[in-house]
Amino acid sequence: MGCGVTKGGEFHKRYDKDGNIISVRISAVTKAIRAAVLIQRWYRQYVARMELRRRYTWNIFQSIEYAGQQDQIKLYNFLGYLVDNFTPSSNERNLISHIFRENEVCRDIEWERFFDYRHIEVPDIYSGPRLTFPLNADQAADLVEAFRSKQQLHSRYVLQLLGETWKLLRVLPNINRISTCHSKEITICGDLHGQLEDLLLIFYKNGMPSMEKAYVFNGDFVDRGKDSIEILLILFAFLLVYPGEVHLNRGNHEDHIINLRYGFTKEVLGKYKMHGKRILKLLQKIFSWLPLATVIDQKVLIVHGGISDTTDLALVARVDRHKYVSSLRPPKRRISHSVRASVDSDMDEDLVGSKYSILNRRRASLTYARPFPARESFQHRSLQDFSSTVARTMEEELEIRRRQAAMTRPGYSMSCRNLNTSMLSPSSSDSLDAFENVQNEWKQILDLLWSDPMIPDGCVPNEVRGGGCYWGPNVTEEFLNKHSMQLIIRSHECKQDGYEFCHNRKVLTIFSASNYYEVGSNRGAFVRLGPDLVPYFIQYQANSMTREMSVRQSLRRTEHSALKVLREQLFAHKSDLMSAFQQHDKENTGLISLSDWGSAMSQVLHLDLPWRMLRSQLITTTTDDMLDYHNWFRNLAIKEKSYEHIEQTLLDTLYKHRSTLETIFRIVDTDNSGFISFEDFRQTWKLLNAYLKMEISEESINDLVVSIDTNKDGNIDIDEFMESFRLVDKNMLERGKSLFMRRSEEYDGPQDETTNQPPQTPTNKEGGFLAPP
Amino acid sequence: MAEERALAGVSEVQKKIRSAFDVFDHEQNQTVDVREIGTIIRSLGRFPTEAELHDVIAEIEEEEPAGFIRFEKFLPTMSRILMENKLRPVPEDLLLQAFEVLDQQKKGHLDPEELSRYLTQEGDPFSQEEMEEMLSAALDPEKNLIFYRDFVSMMTADEPW
Repeated sequence: MGCGVTKGGEFHKRYDKDGNIISVRISAVTKAIRAAVLIQRWYRQYVARMELRRRYTWNIFQSIEYAGQQDQIKLYNFLGYLVDNFTPSSNERNLISHIFRENEVCRDIEWERFFDYRHIEVPDIYSGPRLTFPLNADQAADLVEAFRSKQQLHSRYVLQLLGETWKLLRVLPNINRISTCHSKEITICGDLHGQLEDLLLIFYKNGMPSMEKAYVFNGDFVDRGKDSIEILLILFAFLLVYPGEVHLNRGNHEDHIINLRYGFTKEVLGKYKMHGKRILKLLQKIFSWLPLATVIDQKVLIVHGGISDTTDLALVARVDRHKYVSSLRPPKRRISHSVRASVDSDMDEDLVGSKYSILNRRRASLTYARPFPARESFQHRSLQDFSSTVARTMEEELEIRRRQAAMTRPGYSMSCRNLNTSMLSPSSSDSLDAFENVQNEWKQILDLLWSDPMIPDGCVPNEVRGGGCYWGPNVTEEFLNKHSMQLIIRSHECKQDGYEFCHNRKVLTIFSASNYYEVGSNRGAFVRLGPDLVPYFIQYQANSMTREMSVRQSLRRTEHSALKVLREQLFAHKSDLMSAFQQHDKENTGLISLSDWGSAMSQVLHLDLPWRMLRSQLITTTTDDMLDYHNWFRNLAIKEKSYEHIEQTLLDTLYKHRSTLETIFRIVDTDNSGFISFEDFRQTWKLLNAYLKMEISEESINDLVVSIDTNKDGNIDIDEFMESFRLVDKNMLERGKSLFMRRSEEYDGPQDETTNQPPQTPTNKEGGFLAPP
Repeated sequence: MAEERALAGVSEVQKKIRSAFDVFDHEQNQTVDVREIGTIIRSLGRFPTEAELHDVIAEIEEEEPAGFIRFEKFLPTMSRILMENKLRPVPEDLLLQAFEVLDQQKKGHLDPEELSRYLTQEGDPFSQEEMEEMLSAALDPEKNLIFYRDFVSMMTADEPW
């Protein structure tokens, strides 16, 4: 043992003339020291165990988040597929035009008239802020206060504020250039993701924006959290009051199609029932007009995602950024013969009048890289006739891209897909150049908004996110040298401590949404830069609960959540897992070894997780170290009784693609009633089915539809449909106690829906990562 | 048969070590920061003192200490530790007794100041941070006392795997 014993040894040898009494006392001292050592050993061991769990819990969240990003690609591909393949069959056309109508501004109405707020009356009983323009600092502060008190700004003022914001943004350059000499310190904040509490905390700790207090907000203001619109309104208000001191960078979530999937659209439509769609349309414009980057003292680049080996700031400064409305829709090409006089050059992109506009907008297949066969043949194809073209599932697609990425063709994914086609409408070489320019510009923007740093050198397409690149330290070095800069500040990735350096401290990630995955999962941070450009960090964690929870409680909670999320993944891949298990169980005993279980999990899920460690959390009963896997699956989750007769693979597919389905449903639900018709549901499902090349019969689809329409009124409640995918751990219900909690009193806060409660329709939609947006 | 089992046992142990190591191998290049070795060894259910830890590190370090440890050096040493059951856990009841020793008046609880003094000054002293963290887990905030019996149950509840 350590020095305690030596000490004790020494003491033991001393004899005092008083004899016994002293030696007893000395011995007690020795014992105490030994006790201390023991306690220390135990405690350190305990901490190490916690640390391990914390690490892999974090890994779970990150792996699943990245896996979830692929849903975007799915959606993108699916939309692209629809555009390329629909034909004049009445039902399908209705549905598809529904889908795309959403993304077009009404051509026949003048823009300004559409967003005119003046006719909107504000009732006397409205007690929220009544804004007058031009805004002043007091009004901005009042707005913050109002939102803190959970008030909602009236749609009239929302539209007015947004209108003013748009006007301002249009005159801003693509790259904000600011200096520390004007306002001594500049504060930079990362992703906020609709978490108003964090923004309020930042203002509390750092003060609100003012002439003396400059701020840069580095994108991703919206989605996931529940107060995205309030955050936007606050940021825009301060932007209007202090245009020289407040700077906003666009993030990848400032994108209307992403918003459909990640919750912002739903939030706005929910809060603004009458004018929500207008507000969203206006925001669509505003997002496209947000600046792309900010540079401080010509030395520090602040951008949401990052860079690639082809990033050229001079080029970025020149682009027409507003043309790039969404990263999920490649830029439109202007058809020369469809020029129409327009009120505003900004409207051109929306006034493509040709009847082939939809087809022409998509220049290449988004589902695979080979050039398309002759375009003309598309118009005559019916849905049934696509099998040869849609040859691959998503997974295969990604695998191929991964392999191709190994050949390091930069910016391959969303941006480069379009470059791959040799198939263009007949055009002159001029417009071919223009087309390539547009593609190049688009790639530049995607790279800025979507890239992530990686540890090894090089630059490879970011297959996980589907856009941008992974860039290495050598790319950072080159970039900084080329532009005579010293630091890149970016956001886009959640970091446990709110911030993290990499690339030799030349790249800083700053993330301002605390508790992003779960209460207690991470801190948020912001950074201050003075004229010396030395970063100074402040970290925080919103939610009073976390301050009172010990590290241990916080870990347990996060772990609980991560495991829940993981189980959903397992459920989504049930058929594949079953086949993998069966491969290890050739004799059909129903049992497999734990080791084989681990291999199967790893193989099917493609999630880089420590399966051996997770074993004890995911498997509770084994016989002789063998797992009864059928039983295990049964206990993993219960499904809705009504779905029990539905065929497993169908259910699996539904589950896997539920977020894409939900997004499409919400698009189709044009009056935002929360319901879609039987027929629309069937058609959507059929289309997705066709696209995925599933061989699911008409009959199964009909069965499915019938079982979902629980009240038999011919309409399907979208929310209810999505809720049926929320998994409940049967074990937890049966034992009345969480598998992962030892004592129920460990939780300070409100009971999680899955503990100590009888089965009921869960109402908590905001918790957990995979909750429907 | 026994031999097969023995071999299987060895490979199980190695897989365990591999798993734990991988969690801390951030760059996916078979190395971990030397400062994480203690955590890894402990997370494998071992209870080294600081001195024992230093000995292990000295054994597996590179000739020119470079701040990282390679898996190929870690594996044999760690396998041996596990197979020979070295650095083994102290039984839980001894842990409780340790607290009781410090609680001379047998009150059933300890003063945070008292405990801090012992743990930050004796044996393998805790850093200020470690002490604060332990207190946040062990201290009853209302009474400002450490009810060590509960605390011991908590620390020993999770099975090391």
